[in-house]
Amino acid sequence: MSPERPLLSVRDLRTWLDAGDAIVRAVDRVSFDVRRGETFALVGESGCGKSMTALSIMRLLPDAGGIVGGSVELDGQDLLQMPESGMRDVRGRRIGMIFQEPALSLNPVMTAGEQVAEALRRHTPLEGGALAARVRELLEAVRIPDAARRKDEYPFQLSGGMKQRVMIAMALACDPELLVADEPTTALDVTIQAQVLDVLRELQKTRRMSLMLITHDLGVVSGMAHRVAVMYAGEIVETASRDAFFARPAHPYSRKLFDSLPSGSKRDGALAVIRGSVPALTREFTGCRFADRCDSAWELCRKSVPGLYDAGNGQIARCHLYAPGADKSEKWGQSRISERDSSMQSQKIDSDPIFPDPIFPITSNESLLLVKDLKVHFPVHGGLLKRVVARVRAVDGVSLEIEAGRTLGLVGESGCGKTTVGKGILRLVEPTGGQVVFNGSDLAHLSRAALRPMRKHFQIIFQDPYASLNPRMRVLETLEEGMAALGLGEGREARQARVDALLAEVGLDPEVKFRYPHEFSGGQRQRIAIARALSVEPRLIICDEPTSALDVSVQAQILNLLKALQRKKGLAYLFISHNISVIEFLAHEVAVMYLGRIVEHGHVDEVLRAPRHPYTRALLSAVPVLDRTTKREVIRLQGELPSPVSPPAGCHFHPRCPDAFERCGQAYPDSARFTASHTAACHLYPMV
Amino acid sequence: MPFKIVILWTDALIYLLVVVVLLLAWHVRRHEHLAAPWRKVARSPGGLAAAALLALFVVIGLADSVHYRPSVAVKDGKTVYAVEVLSLLDAIAAPLRARKEKTYSAPLATRLFAKETIELPGGGQARDYPRLKHGGAHLEQPEEQWASDIARRALWGAAAGVVLWLVLAILLCALLARRAGADVDEIWRAIWRGETEVPWRAVLVTLAVVLVAGMPLLALAAKYHVFGTDKVGQDVFYQSLKSIRTGLVIGTLTTLVMLPFALLLGVMAGYFKGWVDDAIQYLYTTLSSIPGVLLIAAAVLMMQVYIETHPELFDTVTARADLRLLFLCVILGITSWTGLARLLRGEALKLREMEYIQAAHAFGVSHWRILTRHILPNVMHIVLIAVVMDFSGLVLAEAVLSYVGVGVDPSTISFGTMINSARLEMARDPMVWWSLAAAFCFMLLMVLSANLFADAVRDAFDPRIRTARPFRLAAQKA
Amino acid sequence: MIAYIIRRLLYAIPILIGVNVITFTLFFVVNSPDDMARVHLGVKRVTPEAIRKWKEERGYDKALLYNGAAAGAQAFTDTIFYEKSVKLFAFEFGRSDQGRDIGYDIGNRMWASLAIALPVFLLGLAAYLTFALLMAFFRATYVDFWGVVACVMMMSISGLFYIIGGQYLVGKLLNLVPISGYDGGANALKFLVLPVIIGVVSGIGASTRWYRTIFLEEISKDYVRTARAKGLSELRVLFRHVLANAMIPILTGVVVVIPLLFMGSLVTEAFFGIPGLGSYTIDAINSQDFAVVRAMVFLGSVLYIVGLIVTDISYTWVDPRVRFE
Repeated sequence: MSPERPLLSVRDLRTWLDAGDAIVRAVDRVSFDVRRGETFALVGESGCGKSMTALSIMRLLPDAGGIVGGSVELDGQDLLQMPESGMRDVRGRRIGMIFQEPALSLNPVMTAGEQVAEALRRHTPLEGGALAARVRELLEAVRIPDAARRKDEYPFQLSGGMKQRVMIAMALACDPELLVADEPTTALDVTIQAQVLDVLRELQKTRRMSLMLITHDLGVVSGMAHRVAVMYAGEIVETASRDAFFARPAHPYSRKLFDSLPSGSKRDGALAVIRGSVPALTREFTGCRFADRCDSAWELCRKSVPGLYDAGNGQIARCHLYAPGADKSEKWGQSRISERDSSMQSQKIDSDPIFPDPIFPITSNESLLLVKDLKVHFPVHGGLLKRVVARVRAVDGVSLEIEAGRTLGLVGESGCGKTTVGKGILRLVEPTGGQVVFNGSDLAHLSRAALRPMRKHFQIIFQDPYASLNPRMRVLETLEEGMAALGLGEGREARQARVDALLAEVGLDPEVKFRYPHEFSGGQRQRIAIARALSVEPRLIICDEPTSALDVSVQAQILNLLKALQRKKGLAYLFISHNISVIEFLAHEVAVMYLGRIVEHGHVDEVLRAPRHPYTRALLSAVPVLDRTTKREVIRLQGELPSPVSPPAGCHFHPRCPDAFERCGQAYPDSARFTASHTAACHLYPMV
Repeated sequence: MPFKIVILWTDALIYLLVVVVLLLAWHVRRHEHLAAPWRKVARSPGGLAAAALLALFVVIGLADSVHYRPSVAVKDGKTVYAVEVLSLLDAIAAPLRARKEKTYSAPLATRLFAKETIELPGGGQARDYPRLKHGGAHLEQPEEQWASDIARRALWGAAAGVVLWLVLAILLCALLARRAGADVDEIWRAIWRGETEVPWRAVLVTLAVVLVAGMPLLALAAKYHVFGTDKVGQDVFYQSLKSIRTGLVIGTLTTLVMLPFALLLGVMAGYFKGWVDDAIQYLYTTLSSIPGVLLIAAAVLMMQVYIETHPELFDTVTARADLRLLFLCVILGITSWTGLARLLRGEALKLREMEYIQAAHAFGVSHWRILTRHILPNVMHIVLIAVVMDFSGLVLAEAVLSYVGVGVDPSTISFGTMINSARLEMARDPMVWWSLAAAFCFMLLMVLSANLFADAVRDAFDPRIRTARPFRLAAQKA
Repeated sequence: MIAYIIRRLLYAIPILIGVNVITFTLFFVVNSPDDMARVHLGVKRVTPEAIRKWKEERGYDKALLYNGAAAGAQAFTDTIFYEKSVKLFAFEFGRSDQGRDIGYDIGNRMWASLAIALPVFLLGLAAYLTFALLMAFFRATYVDFWGVVACVMMMSISGLFYIIGGQYLVGKLLNLVPISGYDGGANALKFLVLPVIIGVVSGIGASTRWYRTIFLEEISKDYVRTARAKGLSELRVLFRHVLANAMIPILTGVVVVIPLLFMGSLVTEAFFGIPGLGSYTIDAINSQDFAVVRAMVFLGSVLYIVGLIVTDISYTWVDPRVRFE
């Protein structure tokens, strides 16, 4: 500990929420310090209490929440003892805060500039021209282009990234000593995330401000933080310096978090998973909160609550393994602690029972589905009579080939049209043009009736586990629906037997079929959704971001399951995702989409290891990585995704492209072929 | 047969409603996720107390919905039935109905409200307040005995109320104790400490108030006109009881008749979008742009013309009045379905994009099945909230419409007709206030309990609007 | 934005036509003019001659939709539909069944209606918004709790009792103002005080609760938290942020009734003897004057549709998303 007094010192903070039926102890005796000029990251999965901690510091809890105990000292002054009026002088002046959802966190009927000015007016004597100048200066500081004009725009006229910059400008308006950023980039795309993180990092450095960064993304932590605290079930379970933490996470939970992150180097095996789920915070705990899910737990872990113990390297962990006098070698195996050096290391789990020998050879180059020049345009109505005045070219000429038993990863940022491709193939949205050829027939042009029998070959899994199951239907009915609609299964009994088999296949007890969705966690719901897709024995499953709403530990379970099912059943996947590491882990082929078109396509190693298209390169370089030691080429994209209503002339990417030259603005480039599988549409590669 | 059962149109619909409600209750009981929000309703003290009171009104209303015509004579081996249609309630409250005075009398009075010329026993005439034929007729010396008689009867009534309440309360405790396997004594104390999951305390308090206030009323009603009599000498208490059914019919049947339209059209508009949506939206925008009162006035006027020019269609006055009541429900329904349809359209628009419905499309499930299996069950909570929230508004609307002259038939006893006839006597001095007071009290009780119940239902079924309970956390802190 | 407003105006046309068709059906198809005549003349003793005369006097003796006897365009114009319904579009209301000029009566009486309805509307809006803001400010305290209880109590009382109670208390018991009646000019004031106060009071329960719900919904949104994180005071958050956003749902319900203020209130005007359009309608209902009721139905619908259009226009004022469409 440095002798200097920390800027923020939280001690034994306890925050409870009234959830109607029960009291949730969202934050339970949390203590930590944020030092001057440092970035302190609070990491944890959803529901662990990290946002509540931040809101408690600001005393901005929702009406149902209350701080029950503890202290929050800002430079020696306890904020919790302050009168509300005094606290108002702290908010915005000494502590600024950025929230997660830029789309919801700005007042929709107030201009961006006015919202920034409001903070200045509250805490500074600035007025008139000086105020306007300062607002502009702030908007420029967060790199809002054309700030003079933008300040008079309303939030709905700004993109997500711009909104978050306005939020930052607002939070920093009065030069606060501490900035609390609650998942500031979670709602943003990676390239925009990289821009916003750059702004934050730079401002923090130039202003010598302390930054408390709350996030679930270890990659973001690695790129930003000086010190890290891991939260689990309302408690801090580990605090460490960034380097120590990434070199050797001490708490078993921290280790598991690293192990369950997907990556290309783990693709030959299964991901480590954390079994079970986070305990409900409504009950009292008698032992370690992680004990039930921990591989190294023993009786003591269930009987007594572990304290915070020194784990060496300046790390502190809430784990009995590090209790003074604990016999580590016996319980944990000292060797294993030092053995684990980097999360990047591949983990082959050959003996894992969920990976039997593949029944289907995955190298079969049998083409299953051919998408030719698929177009999905949505009309935009406008003008006096609401006629079609323009078209959103959500998908504008996409060609793909999906091979049996293989996974094609479709990568791109939000708004690029990747989800529409999936839905267009299944005719959940009507394609405007192009063909989807299966078994010699063109799905895109079949009548509704003729398409029906074909539907059993293609199924879909969605992103949001909470929206993908009808809350009023039992699991049994959900799973039966497809079989009944497509006339599969002879009679009710046969179908019931099949439901049991399906549930077993996705790792659920067949008994759950009589339950309703609200009784399941997100991961379990996603398993049910997978079982529903499997119920008609499809040959292709379109996976539309199936894990992006899940925590990493649960994501790992679902990814493992999908992989095992593919091997067992020879399923083909069209895996749509914005998450490169998930694609890297799962896909054989990768297609990169930008503004309705595929810009690069090839084998996963080709595209992700040796990207050719400038967009792919920029996308990859924007992904935050855990390992800060290997220097990478950093490409920062300027600007944002243009509107698909009026895509830029020529190559859609050229206005943002660092390598653009004259030709790029004139014609859309043809595909250049690098290997038998690897193609990219870019003028940099004029091919024959 | 001493009587002939008459099933009026509204009776039939009420029976249908009762059957539907019972079936739904049975269905809900069997499905935990459907029962859960109801359990939440049952846990809200205000909602439960209101439900207890509403149940009382419903019982009275149901008793008033079993109609018959008594036989008056046997002619040529055929029974001739009275033209008058009576209900079970009329039979129970026969003394109240039969004991008609000449004109106004104040509550609990023994004499008429107005002076009349009366024949003195010894010949000659005098102008005095004549004795009532029934009210307090058992008193020999009304001026001296009245106060003590009233007090004695009221006390007896209250005592009976307390005893009845105790019996019911102990029965409840015994029942709960048996279910929980605990002592009656323990349960009793738990109830009063408010520790039971279902706030029985609220129910018992409501019951106590109803019994202790209601029993003296009944005791006095045996010999007096507790709320006085109206212009034609009819007992106001009896009128108040009869008004309950009219209010309930308006409040429930209106939603019953409009529900199928609102549900079908609203959901279809949202689900199919396109021209179906345009057509349905046009329909309800057009209908709702005619101000409700005016549309009702116009429709009721037209119906009056129709009824007057087709007198041969109705065999009794009651049947005619009943059809007019039903028609009022229908026309109220037509003016009020648009709001619900709009809500449902919005919800269906949201639901159709839900992923589970997309998944159903991916299986090629038919539109009809998606509508019935996926959309309908997921909008039912909105329907339920709308139905309970509308009830009180409709009861209030009936009064205003009847007052304006486009409500129920003048021969139908309702809160509206009670107020309407009493209003004419406002200018009298001293005022004839009791009809108004009775209508006010009964209506307030009914509407207030309906509102409280509706609030509890909404809180339980719509998680969006939930009132935070700040007091609990504060207590934890200390 | 101009396209937006023009589109809204165009949208009103088919609705008006629809309303017209509905009223026509209701008044001339459900019951034939013969039935109306019979009711007016007394069902029992009517001669066909009397019916014919009654119809002729009021112009109900024409063909409904198509007059086969007339030539050319007259086949369509010399009909009840054209004379009685199509002419409504030009605000030609014709004569009442008693023979008075309806248009003249409306022009005369609407000011009395407005003299009550407008103050009730304005004072009411101010009062309800104030109460609702107060309750939102004190949300989750006993002030709010008892406020809601009071609102529920007040909205459970029929509007009729507010009038009766008010008349009795203020007019009869305290003898402060006349119970009913009306006079033009400055004298109108003493007749207006009571109905206006009662009008405002009777709306407190339902309206305050409705606005409170809107405010609470806005308060739970994320941008309010952002405003607080700037250090703004609760009052400033309430007025500058919550109120500005709540105006959108509030306008939806409020602006639409402004044109309808001309129509007055049926019950209030009847009770207080105000010679406005409300009592005009009631009198027509009681004397079964179909022509007047028909005119009022159409007028009410037109005003409502005007209200819808004004609402749409008012959005452009509070909601930048509409303004910049």
